[in-house]
Amino acid sequence: MPKRRKIALAVLALIAAGGIAGWFITSPQRVDAQTIATLPEGDAARGEGVFWAGGCASCHAASGAQGEARLELGGGVQLKTEFGSFVAPNISQHPQDGIGNWPLEDFANAMLRGVSPSGEHYYPAFPYTSYARMTPGDVADLYAFMKTLPSVEGRAPGHDLSFPFTMRRGIGLWKLLYLDERPAVALDAPSDLVKRGQYLVEGPGHCGECHTPRSAFGGLENAEWLSGAVAAEGTGNVPNITTGEGGLGDWSDMDLTNFLETGFTPDFDSAGGSMASVVRNIAELSADDREAIAAYLKAVPPLSNGY
Amino acid sequence: MKVLAYTLPLLAVMMTGAVADPLAERQELMKERGPLMRVLAPIAQGQQPFDAAVVMDALQKMNDNAQKTTDVEALWPDGTEGGDTKSAPKIWEDKAGFKAASDKFAADAAAAVAASPQDLQSFQAVFGPMSQNCGTCHETFRLRSS
Repeated sequence: MPKRRKIALAVLALIAAGGIAGWFITSPQRVDAQTIATLPEGDAARGEGVFWAGGCASCHAASGAQGEARLELGGGVQLKTEFGSFVAPNISQHPQDGIGNWPLEDFANAMLRGVSPSGEHYYPAFPYTSYARMTPGDVADLYAFMKTLPSVEGRAPGHDLSFPFTMRRGIGLWKLLYLDERPAVALDAPSDLVKRGQYLVEGPGHCGECHTPRSAFGGLENAEWLSGAVAAEGTGNVPNITTGEGGLGDWSDMDLTNFLETGFTPDFDSAGGSMASVVRNIAELSADDREAIAAYLKAVPPLSNGY
Repeated sequence: MKVLAYTLPLLAVMMTGAVADPLAERQELMKERGPLMRVLAPIAQGQQPFDAAVVMDALQKMNDNAQKTTDVEALWPDGTEGGDTKSAPKIWEDKAGFKAASDKFAADAAAAVAASPQDLQSFQAVFGPMSQNCGTCHETFRLRSS
């Protein structure tokens, strides 16, 4: 009896220790103090470019919003996925319903670590896995620009998820596997233009979030970077945007920049679904940035369709 | 009463212009637009020289096409949601919205013809609003390819 009791106690201790360790390793990790302390004063004019590159309006403005309405970030757009339905929150300057009261530090923690001001994990439907690659300077500029945007009243409804995805703490484990601010692909001697494109696509542009296949746990498979994927939201497939088979190999640089500005493919079909809104955002960038995106897409490893 | 019950739907079909194979016909109409855009867009972007006759011909064809797709009841009737189609279920969930989007494209195409542009600038002024309809409508009413 004493022996069995010892084993039982050992098992219980192990479970307890595992639980405590599990609790620690899943705890939300904020941006380190030094980065926060050295965050520059944001520049709102530059931040507007970051805002369009980041595609904030596609989820946080009303569905299908055009023109000035894209700056009203009341949230409410739903992403229906196999994990449940995610609802984009109000990130307007409303002090209670939005993020009007957030200091820059809270904003940086949300963007770069997916951690809320109260210390909870955000669901990665908010693509901080990509935003984590953004420079602190761009985050500060974006913050400054968003300060200039209107306040919108009203809170979006909460997410509608199924168990066990209702447990936010579990995202801590997921982040250990998939939150990585290093580049998604290694490029051989990239030009400055390609490097700029890599930053835009892998960071703020968060193109990989839809165009890269995901594992069974919902993390991006970087080995199949941008090779296209079964849509995580909605129906159908998201296209392969590498130059591999089924991808954009026969698109010229001009075809690419033209598409990113107008939404028209070389065959003059036009982008639909969520890409229509992405094009409206990317059209606001400089022609140089669209060229950089095109140059990067031509430089990533060519892969056949990932779906 | 019974006669009315039979004749009313028949009358409705006659009024909307029954289409033998709505799915094939609407796909044909959509496909017709690509080559017209291939003529118009490079001119609007200044990659091809402006030629009033070429522009007018393409605009007229686009307008004819656009007017046809305003008959959404005939081209997207109930029962043609499935099969080999990229038409989104949203078309049938929001018929009024889809009709409005189709009407807007038709109105913008008609306005482009009415303007009868004689130089690049006046062409660009009508081409921009007209071509924006493509993306706006596809955003909501077309499925991704499968």
